[in-house]
Amino acid sequence: MAEHTHERAHVAGTANDAHHDHHEVGWFKKYFWSTDHKVIAFQYMFTGMFLALIGAFMAYVFRMQLAFPGQPVPGFGVVSPGQYNMLITNHGSIMIFWVAMPVLLAGFGNYLIPLMVGADDMVFPRLNRLSYQIFFLSAIVLLTSLFVQNGGFGGAWTAYPPLSANKLYNLTPYGASMWLIAVALEFVAFLLGGINFIVTSMNSRAPGMKAFDVPIVVWTIVIASILFMASVGPLIAGAIMLLFDQTLGTSFFNPNRGGDPVLWQHLFWFFGHPEVYVVLLPAMGIVAEVMTVFARKKLFAYKTVIYTIIATGVLSFFVWAHHQFVAGIDPRMANVFTVTTVLISIPIAEMCFVYIATLYGGSIRFSVPMLWALAFMAEFLIGGVTGIYLGASGLDIYFHDTYFVVAHFHYTFFPIAVIGVMAGVTFWFPKMFGRYMNEFWGKVHFWGTVIPFNGIFIPLFILGAAGEHRRIFDYKNFPQFNHPWQNDLRIFATVSLLVMLLFQIPFLVNFVWSMFRGPKAPKNPWKSNTLEWTADSPPPHGNWAEMPECHRGPYEYSVPGREQDFWPQNEKA
Amino acid sequence: MKTIATTRSAMGIATGKLAVWWVLVSEIVIFGGVLVSYIMHRLGHPEWAEQAAHTHMWLGAFNTFVLLTSSLSAVLAHQAAEQGNGRKAANLLYLTCLGALTFLGVKSFEWTNEIKEGFTIQAGGFWSYYYTAAGLHAFHVFAGALVMLWVASSAKKNENLHRVENVGIYWHFVDIVWIFLFPLLYIAK
Amino acid sequence: MSAHAAHAQGHHRNYVKIWAMLVVLLVISVLGPMTGIRVIMLITAFGVALVKAYLVAKNFMHLDLEKPIIHFALGLALVFMVLLYAGVAPDVQKSAGQNWKKDAGFHHLPPQPEHEMLHPEELETKTPAEREAAREQHRDATAH
Repeated sequence: MAEHTHERAHVAGTANDAHHDHHEVGWFKKYFWSTDHKVIAFQYMFTGMFLALIGAFMAYVFRMQLAFPGQPVPGFGVVSPGQYNMLITNHGSIMIFWVAMPVLLAGFGNYLIPLMVGADDMVFPRLNRLSYQIFFLSAIVLLTSLFVQNGGFGGAWTAYPPLSANKLYNLTPYGASMWLIAVALEFVAFLLGGINFIVTSMNSRAPGMKAFDVPIVVWTIVIASILFMASVGPLIAGAIMLLFDQTLGTSFFNPNRGGDPVLWQHLFWFFGHPEVYVVLLPAMGIVAEVMTVFARKKLFAYKTVIYTIIATGVLSFFVWAHHQFVAGIDPRMANVFTVTTVLISIPIAEMCFVYIATLYGGSIRFSVPMLWALAFMAEFLIGGVTGIYLGASGLDIYFHDTYFVVAHFHYTFFPIAVIGVMAGVTFWFPKMFGRYMNEFWGKVHFWGTVIPFNGIFIPLFILGAAGEHRRIFDYKNFPQFNHPWQNDLRIFATVSLLVMLLFQIPFLVNFVWSMFRGPKAPKNPWKSNTLEWTADSPPPHGNWAEMPECHRGPYEYSVPGREQDFWPQNEKA
Repeated sequence: MKTIATTRSAMGIATGKLAVWWVLVSEIVIFGGVLVSYIMHRLGHPEWAEQAAHTHMWLGAFNTFVLLTSSLSAVLAHQAAEQGNGRKAANLLYLTCLGALTFLGVKSFEWTNEIKEGFTIQAGGFWSYYYTAAGLHAFHVFAGALVMLWVASSAKKNENLHRVENVGIYWHFVDIVWIFLFPLLYIAK
Repeated sequence: MSAHAAHAQGHHRNYVKIWAMLVVLLVISVLGPMTGIRVIMLITAFGVALVKAYLVAKNFMHLDLEKPIIHFALGLALVFMVLLYAGVAPDVQKSAGQNWKKDAGFHHLPPQPEHEMLHPEELETKTPAEREAAREQHRDATAH
């Protein structure tokens, strides 16, 4: 395509002068009202990180209540049963919808996609800005819901009716509806954002970049966006139906008036299960990028990985009712969903093998991003295999709603939302801010996070295996779960959480200090192949003065016969 | 504001059109969620047919006719845009908006009567679905009309004519949803 | 570009003719219920809907001229809706089970036979004997 070879970023400027005249853009337009994908990425990331602090605080409070029931929690006070429910509900909702999604999907997606495909921005920058604004609004609505009369919603992030539909049961008439509206707004924000990611990746690739030259993390983010788009619809329908049940007296989920509460469960989980893959895939993509760079080796079976990701995505639509094995579903369907659930472990396991094969024989450097990537593999493995236990409907009859489930999903979610994110943050920090983070404190943070993480959740596996139910604020009424050894495990888990939270301080200090005072970083400090490393650190508005072209795949590391052990995608042959 | 990204077309599909198709993918599953839920309840509750008997089939049929005709004007607008005639395209889009307005007007009249007869959204399971499904659709009709007005305001100056096709694709989808809503809510009795 | 040429070809479609076909189909679907035969009514209603949708998608949206990836994405969405139905219907499409039933939920339906209705008082009961006792109580209380 000859007409593309001399694209220059400032061509866009002539079409719309005001936006590209950098010197005259005020603070407001540059940081608050920007349409630049990098700024929007930071907006999502920082909002997500701030909400992570709130979600973590909630975890602190309810874990303190579990370890020392009835004692006033420093910084919060005595936790009532209603408040406990509100805390666990909003902890889960915040961590999934307002931390994992914005940081992994919208944050990294916005930042990386245009840079990695060699574009100057997304295809619809103003729509992009609107997506963030709707997301921001959803966060405001959610946080406000915690302060309205009777407090925030306490019906669990799964919001099953009739508890969620009937204010006589949930006792949080305003909180329940506000929570629902916040979630619905968040869905709309991500639907709009997803359009940008999908269309930009499909259409705006650099000249010469074929589909199989696109880095894995872009593939995973795009497929995650498609998964989200295809799965959230029924839940949007369900959310409208639940909102009407709450406020208008309809009877969608009221069996006394012709409705069915199990319908909500199905609509929720039809989305809920693909949703976990929506957040898993970007994290696995980040890990792939980090591993190839710090093993100096190409990704083992790149095309197979892509087909596997697509297969995982499609399969994820066929497993949802494993969350409902004991809800009274048709037992014959339970058989079907057991089979599909166990089957879906196969492609994920295969991805793990591919990553290990990528490392094998590589020249491995244990930088901070690589440590996080390796920890992801180890911890997610535990999450994955415990999922197989839960996927078998017979075992699930025992395990459902115990702490075994809680430990399982934290062994999957924590690697996704914390470990994978840290791998990405520490890896791309030099590009984002033009400075290095401190390696020593990065390692301190790493060990101080990963080890206590296991200290929190291994006790929970044990407690769950002993039959301890979740979503109970005080076990004094359950003597079979109130033995000293169980209380000791709860205290151990809580203390581990406190240690882990303390070790986040070095990270926050490191992050903020390095943003402004870290040693300056060059364009390509890690000697990586992908296109974002050819832009300045940090990239300017428009990303490149002269748009790059793509001449090869993204993983040409340690190619025999070459002097350098990497071969950037844009270098001419 | 046009970025270089917007002007590229690695898939050989115009960017705006590609985006609209993906929007439709997400809309299929939203409406699909409502309609699948309705169909399951309807098949499981044969007694709902007695409630469904109270919908006004002729008004529904008239509205179907209105939407079909508005789809015609939308595609003729696209044809005009392809021929470079922005003025004509805009006028046809305005005609489509008129169709939307008629549709919404008939719906208001219909619903007002039904509510007066006591068939409110709280009157039972069938009516919950009736108002929610048709209401969600009406919301999309309204939003689509607004977007068409915006596209028409550029088109009449012969600017951004490619958007006429894109908004038309959305409009045809809204028409297709109603094509299924009509038998589901009005005919199946 | 071949897509463009085919597109221009598409404009030799007679949109008004397609519209006329759609209106005729609409009339058929409205006449169907008038026959009074349920099967005919269902076939005309939904069969016509499918044909109308096909005509609009092909001729107005020019879906037949779009690239395969578009067909694939749209088809996938429809497949997922079939999947949603298949996975949920075994639970939701039943109005009664072994020990439960769903009320039709209409206030102006004639009351169903007493022995089939589950009254609010009965929600507290646990055994069939208790349920029967509660129904007795309710019958006595509402006897006048």
